[in-house]
Amino acid sequence: MNLIVNGELLTLAEGATVVDVLRALELDATARGIAVARNGDVVLRSAWERTTLEEDDRLEVLHAVQGG
Amino acid sequence: MTRNDSLSIAGRSFGSRLIMGTGGASSHAVLERALRASGTELVTVAMRRVSSNGERSVLDVVRDAGCAVLPNTAGCYTARDAVRTAMLSREALETDWIKLEVIADERTLLPDPVELLTAAEQLVDAGFTILPYTNDDPVLAQRLERIGCAAVMPLGAPIGSGAGIRNPYNIRIIVENARVPVVLDAGIGTASDATIAMELGCSAVLIASAITRADDPERMAQAMRLAVQAGRLAHLAGRIPQLHHARASTTMHGVPDLRASS
Repeated sequence: MNLIVNGELLTLAEGATVVDVLRALELDATARGIAVARNGDVVLRSAWERTTLEEDDRLEVLHAVQGG
Repeated sequence: MTRNDSLSIAGRSFGSRLIMGTGGASSHAVLERALRASGTELVTVAMRRVSSNGERSVLDVVRDAGCAVLPNTAGCYTARDAVRTAMLSREALETDWIKLEVIADERTLLPDPVELLTAAEQLVDAGFTILPYTNDDPVLAQRLERIGCAAVMPLGAPIGSGAGIRNPYNIRIIVENARVPVVLDAGIGTASDATIAMELGCSAVLIASAITRADDPERMAQAMRLAVQAGRLAHLAGRIPQLHHARASTTMHGVPDLRASS
């Protein structure tokens, strides 16, 4: 299954969830400071595990940086 | 007096009236020294795509300096993007406080008032505590307050310009009208600008570039801390009226007669 994660192609097995994407990015899914949007909408942290992704989903995985 | 003169926004108290932005610092180490020297207790951060450069998180820097985090919506040009960014920051940072920025164009980085108001309305409904970055427009500031923003943050001059407070008359009107804290945001270039903002009656100032891009950010942070305190004290003390002529400070009573005898 092909996903676009932060603008780049990521291929994961069918049935992959948001947590699988975070794992592929070597991120700790339990750590504070990360947020995920799927096709423009926020995926609540509590739903990461059960949110099954679909072909061509666009994901944005964000964290805090210096700014403002 | 200063001990009890804390800043209160949406029921939260801050000992410092200097809010610091973290954009523009050359490194986390420089930023952390500047945060400490500024005495700030509230610090803005932005939300961006994760990058695994192995650097420690800016959140750790902010936390180590003993500050609370205020996420912003920098880089958003529409209400839609700003609302989504606010929701993402709430999810990531577990705060419903948001510095709301909706920018009109890249060259001026001025707020888009229509998109800003739309975004603020939606975020109020979603339960956010909103600190909107706004134009120095008294009417817009009132509209933002009326729909439920926790503060209003008019610009002194465009972001990063260091041009000071271009329309102190409007800032004064905004302060006179406001029943929520007014935070002068953007445009401050040096310490005297921060002092003027506080003398005009602003409750706080938000400074990023003027500190982070100074030759010596730590020293400038200290200067800003003192400048904000000085301006606040001067505001509370009440300045004398400005006159076109002199008013003697020394009594004429008892002036000796020193004429030579004729």
